[in-house]
Amino acid sequence: MKQHKVGLALWLTAILLLLAGALLTGSPGRSESVQEAMRDAVLHGTGQISLFGLKDVNPGLISAFTVTAILLVAALGIRIFALPRFHLKPGKFQMVLEEVVGLFDHLAKSNSPHRFGFLGAYIFAAGAYIFVGTLFELLGLQAVTVQGHPITLPAPLSDVNAAIALGTLSYLVIVSGGVAGNGPKGIGKALKEFSLPISMSFRLFGALLSGLLVTELVYYYVNLSFVLPVLVGVMFTLLHALIQAYVLTMLTALYYGEVSEPTPPKAKKKKIRGA
Amino acid sequence: MPLNIDWQQILLHWMNLVILVGGLYFILFKPVKQFMEKREAYYREKDQQAADKLEEAERIKAEYQAKLDAADEEIRLSRAKAQQAVQQSAEEQLSQAKAQAQQLLVHARAEAAHDRDQILRSSQRELRRLAAAATKKLALGQDPFDQFLDLAEGGAEHDEER
Repeated sequence: MKQHKVGLALWLTAILLLLAGALLTGSPGRSESVQEAMRDAVLHGTGQISLFGLKDVNPGLISAFTVTAILLVAALGIRIFALPRFHLKPGKFQMVLEEVVGLFDHLAKSNSPHRFGFLGAYIFAAGAYIFVGTLFELLGLQAVTVQGHPITLPAPLSDVNAAIALGTLSYLVIVSGGVAGNGPKGIGKALKEFSLPISMSFRLFGALLSGLLVTELVYYYVNLSFVLPVLVGVMFTLLHALIQAYVLTMLTALYYGEVSEPTPPKAKKKKIRGA
Repeated sequence: MPLNIDWQQILLHWMNLVILVGGLYFILFKPVKQFMEKREAYYREKDQQAADKLEEAERIKAEYQAKLDAADEEIRLSRAKAQQAVQQSAEEQLSQAKAQAQQLLVHARAEAAHDRDQILRSSQRELRRLAAAATKKLALGQDPFDQFLDLAEGGAEHDEER
């Protein structure tokens, strides 16, 4: 009991000392204004990273590759080590995995009962990508820009190019569902929703960007960097991850089901001959 | 481009997403789904087997119930047959008893008639004998009063003799 008290006192003292030190040391001075920081967060004009020496790209693309690599390695690990040990009566991990797969499969089946095989696989991957990609920014992985500055890798979808890619790919998946279900008529059905790729892309980009901007703003002032980031960084990011993954997968499944639904053939009008 | 949109990077993102979708489908989604479907099929089969067994049990139950019903019917028929036989036997015995009683009655009546005839004949014979004796006494001229007394005494003697 006494040891616990001593430990607690040491812990609190360390926190107070670090806080005092941080406040007394102060900031080395602003290298950029708030406007510049915001613009850089959106446009990534200055913080670009070299992609294997081939091209300078936004850090979002590096994040996207990293997230994909993480997901595929995790999937491979599960496939090799966990899946062969699956039982009819599932354990905790098996139950979680089956629940996730079943969730997306059910979402596909319920929204598109006529054609759901590929849709389930796509929304599973898209959901996993958005969720893990959004949480990815919490890891704070570092990279070096072409200018030689260190940069924290952001969420992939905070890059407008990633959001546009996911939005347009989702739209293409919807169009493919329309073609598979209704042939050329399906293309017409899907093209009616021409605003979908734009709305999907910018919904994702806007949602992720707003989170990023709020975080950037909070971190811009050193006095707000204590305790508050726990709420702002973790809670908001978790909520974003869940909400955006659900919204995009749900919308994709909904529109896919709508355009792939077979159109019943029109009954031919019988000509009534005059007496 | 506005908003720093870069088509090359968009294509790279597309490639990344296509790799991710295909990879996750083949490595994780499909095997897990197959496992879930296999388990579902296994439990559906178990369910079907249980349903089949239940149906078989119901069929056997119905069969035994039919057998029980048939046995009940057989017992009922046997009981009815036995009751009928008992009733018939009782009726036969009753009719036999009635016939016997009738026979006894006829016999008794015949015996009574025979006895009555015999008594009548005996009485007539006695009367004739008395009449003959009285006539004899009258014919021999004896005082009628004395004759009557003699006859009466003779009758008493006759009674004592009998």
